Amino acid sequence: MDFLRPTHWRDALDAKAHHPDATPIAGGTDVMVEINFGRRRPSTLLDLTGVPELTDWSLDDGRLRIGAGVPYARLIDELGDRLPGLAIASRTVGSPQIRNRGTLGGNLASASPAGDGHPPLLASDAEVEVQSLRGTRTVPVGEFFTGVKRHVLADDELIAAVHVAPATGAQQFSKIGTRNAMVIAVCTFAVALHPEQQRVGTGLGSAAPTPRPATEAAEFLAAELTDTDQWNRPRPLPESVVRRFGELVAATTAPIDDVRGTANYRTHAMAVMARRTLGWVWNEHRTGRQQCA
Amino acid sequence: MNDHAPARSPQDLDDAIAGGIGESPIRPDGALKVRGEYAYSSDLWAEDMLWGVTLRSPHPSARIRSIDVSGALKTPGVYAVLTHEDVPGDNLYGLKDVDQPVLASDVVRYKGEAVALVAADHPETARRARERIDVDYEVLEPVTDAERAAHDETLPKVHPDGNLVRYQPILKGDPEATAEVVVSGTYTLGMQDQAFLGPESGLAIPAEDGGVDLYLATQDLHSDQAQTARALGLPQEKVRMTLSGVGGAFGGREDLSIQVHVCMLALRTGKPVKMVYDREESFYGHVHRHPATMYYEHGADADGRLVYVRAKLYFDGGAYSSKTPVVVGNGTTLGVGPYVVPNVRIEGWGVYTNNPPCGAMRGLGAVQPALAYEAQLDKLAEALDMDPVDVRIRNAISRGESIATGQVLDYPAPVAELLERVRALPMPPERDGTELDIRELPGGASNTTHGEGVYRGVGYGVCIKNICYAEGADDYSTARVRLQALGGEPAAMVHTAAAEVGQGVVTVQQQITRSELGVERVTVHPNDTDVGKAGSSSASRQTYMTGGAVKTACEAVRRRLLDRVAERFGEAFGDLSLAGGKIVSASTGVLTEIVDVLGDEVIEETREYHHRETYPMDAEDGSSERVQVQHAFSAHRAVVDVDVELGLVKVVALDCSQDVGKAVNPDAVVGQIQGGSAQGLGLAVMEEIRVGDGAIRNPSFTDYLIPTILDTPPMKIDVIERGDPNSPYGVRGVGEPPTISSTPAVVAAVRAATGKDLTHVPVSPEHVVDFGE
Ligand SMILES: Cc1cc2nc3c(=O)[nH]c(=O)nc-3n(C[C@H](O)[C@H](O)[C@H](O)COP(=O)(O)OP(=O)(O)OC[C@H]3O[C@@H](n4cnc5c(N)ncnc54)[C@H](O)[C@@H]3O)c2cc1C
Repeated sequence: MDFLRPTHWRDALDAKAHHPDATPIAGGTDVMVEINFGRRRPSTLLDLTGVPELTDWSLDDGRLRIGAGVPYARLIDELGDRLPGLAIASRTVGSPQIRNRGTLGGNLASASPAGDGHPPLLASDAEVEVQSLRGTRTVPVGEFFTGVKRHVLADDELIAAVHVAPATGAQQFSKIGTRNAMVIAVCTFAVALHPEQQRVGTGLGSAAPTPRPATEAAEFLAAELTDTDQWNRPRPLPESVVRRFGELVAATTAPIDDVRGTANYRTHAMAVMARRTLGWVWNEHRTGRQQCA
Repeated sequence: MNDHAPARSPQDLDDAIAGGIGESPIRPDGALKVRGEYAYSSDLWAEDMLWGVTLRSPHPSARIRSIDVSGALKTPGVYAVLTHEDVPGDNLYGLKDVDQPVLASDVVRYKGEAVALVAADHPETARRARERIDVDYEVLEPVTDAERAAHDETLPKVHPDGNLVRYQPILKGDPEATAEVVVSGTYTLGMQDQAFLGPESGLAIPAEDGGVDLYLATQDLHSDQAQTARALGLPQEKVRMTLSGVGGAFGGREDLSIQVHVCMLALRTGKPVKMVYDREESFYGHVHRHPATMYYEHGADADGRLVYVRAKLYFDGGAYSSKTPVVVGNGTTLGVGPYVVPNVRIEGWGVYTNNPPCGAMRGLGAVQPALAYEAQLDKLAEALDMDPVDVRIRNAISRGESIATGQVLDYPAPVAELLERVRALPMPPERDGTELDIRELPGGASNTTHGEGVYRGVGYGVCIKNICYAEGADDYSTARVRLQALGGEPAAMVHTAAAEVGQGVVTVQQQITRSELGVERVTVHPNDTDVGKAGSSSASRQTYMTGGAVKTACEAVRRRLLDRVAERFGEAFGDLSLAGGKIVSASTGVLTEIVDVLGDEVIEETREYHHRETYPMDAEDGSSERVQVQHAFSAHRAVVDVDVELGLVKVVALDCSQDVGKAVNPDAVVGQIQGGSAQGLGLAVMEEIRVGDGAIRNPSFTDYLIPTILDTPPMKIDVIERGDPNSPYGVRGVGEPPTISSTPAVVAAVRAATGKDLTHVPVSPEHVVDFGE
């Protein structure tokens, strides 16, 4: 096995262009597990941890650009106030060791249906910045995944960064797992309020082959809030609205039965999480206080 | 002679010596383990060694038409590829019944069964060569239903004699008795894994005498030695074994795994060979806890006094017998729990199927019925509108009463006292609505509730477990103790084969020797087969058995030393004792230093310790005057918060009262109770190997979940010491009971919080949630 360790982004792109079969490795928390289990035998490993550009983040023109190599621990510590939904999701990832090593770029490229970073990025309309020697393109996160463990990256492309707007409203994330920490999701739900656009963002994880938004639910809620002029003058939400939101979210799922949970349970749990997280973001919207987590 | 020296009584030994019996000295391996410097068996290494790997069956049931190893053999770097034809001795082994091939020959009986071996100069080379072994299988329909395997003669036979491993009935009193209040239920228990962290591993080094030296992690060196020698066709003295660092065991290292395989490769290649399973292979490479289906009916009078228990217990042993006969024995004898029941009819079946083989795991055969009988007691309490603890106390067994086999308990059995004590422990604080640390709530770090849907429940569980080997087995352990002067100090060395698997038997041996010989410096010789048998580190028996052997050997050493003193000083032997490195006379005080009596001489004695005889069960009615040598009891109270809308559980408290006879090492006792309770909690709410069509669907720690620190509550542990007059120092086995009584307590608490029946463990969210909305 060859091992490449570029120290500049440009060299990394060059290496990927010349070794299209090379497996990038960032935190290694997915790659090394696969190698250990013998599920992957890369001919070449392309270590990205020596590339300083990947571990930066910046705020340009009101949008955050987060390097693909930023680990969860830093998303929580450095960006928790601007991206609260992503920070809550990051806190549910693995253990402290995994949060120190594991990166957002790795989470996207693994394209697991259970990737905890995906739903909050969906709810916030994030874009993935992809680069190769051929140039740069940005892909909305909703179009990045093409199937279970599949995505749009070409053989010579690497993820450079994620672009996402800082939160303008309340955000929440909730994850079902059958133990109280260090658990792969049975299913997840993210919600973000975008009051300046009078819009609601959602993201569902492990409820379908790829993460997906609950578009109908989001549009229903946004319309409801707009029609009743609640964006500016929020009042407690009627129980019927919360319930309907949950039903519409649940209706978006296309889950499977697997060893982690049944399809029935996933659909049921999705509705419960949708109702609860809506309650939390709405309380925060009304009171201006984040609802713990 | 010093006139001022105080006279000492012979019992008063430990005050001059730190770290004797009843203290909690630091473990010799403790600091290394905490610092990550401890060498486990997977860290073994030898110059020029090869790596061995195992090819396993992908099918739960198949006939092997042919095996072609030529492709693998041609791989550069490969030194040997072996199949059943290369097994030098008997191609069979087993703990009780010798029914398992070292390498499958004509059939495979479970998915994961070993078929061929490869040794190569690099593990990856060995793995790649393994893929080039061509096995032609004729796939057969697997037998997967244990209950059908017990009764349905039309099913395929997993073994030539059929699918029944053991049937054992127990009949006591009137098997057709009737009662005023009757409750019944069917309970099922999933397949639990020992989930030890250190995978199966070992290093075999071929020896010049044609034998082999094996360094490995195991629970019982001599059992491995006997089985391995037989399969290798070598005399036992040519198959020498030394214990290496063991990363947990819990029963999963009682059966052979790498032992014969790695020795075959070493003997064939003439080179040292190392084998280490990865996590996935480990799930296929050791036995698991028997899943069970249990039908129970309890009858009681209007006061809640039990009139009868009738039960049918089915244990799925999987493809090979392993400990299945013992599981049936323990499951039936302990099947009514720690209660007095005048009329009993229990039947137990242990069967072969093509599921993964099941064998020893902490709480062997007693974990399964405890789930059922404790649920039944709760049902009874409800039917009678009684307090669940009161119903248990009303029926609790005590000294002088008999278990279902008719055996009278001739030692303390403080079951009622344990229940009273655990009930009296302070309750955890109520959850207050303002608390906003999600880690304290069901779902924990996953942020699923901020209090919505959360209900609290409390539940109790109590259990009985037999300690040591049973049913007539000659259970013994051997210890060699040497006393000599080293650097002007008396120093003792203890040599046994008792496997230190993390439980602390190494410390216990030191403590006993210190107390018995009044010597501070005590080292423990590495465990190996150069000394006699110690038996397995299982059945909560090593402090009892090897502790007894060390005590007996120390007494023999002391006798030789004191004989000499008695002669030299003209003192009566019975007046003499050892303390603080000195020899003390009851009448005249300190006589001399141990080192002065020893001079250059080395006193060494080897002794066996056998416990009281036990007897088999009657084949017709299960009766036995003494089927088991000792019983241990523990009681748990669990407090849980359940998110009833999502079915997620947070165990808030898991408190325990346990009788340990005598706490030789109080800290280690508490550690055993904490660990056992956590393992029982795991079974209650998350741990299950999911088997479908004979295949394990979650062979990894990603999907086989064990409790984390956020799942494991603070535990109040109340240890009492009601000595057993028959055991050394009065000790009573500690390790298993807490694993047994914690599970039913947690499940009872979840029932109380949810109002659900919950007849299966682990309880999963699906069992709790109502989908009907
Ligand atoms: C114990 C444990 C617990 C875990 N818990 C969770 C959890 O709770 N939630 C969760 O979502 N995940 C979890 N994971 C999975 C993993 O930690 C995450 O997916 C993590 O984000 C992966 O990031 P990484 O940097 O370690 O990726 P790596 O393992 O380095 O790479 C992952 C994939 O991304 C590719 N890759 C990495 N960087 C780039 C790049 N810049 N451009 C293109 N491709 C790239 C790699 O080639 C590989 O295919 C867990 C893993 C472990 C071992």
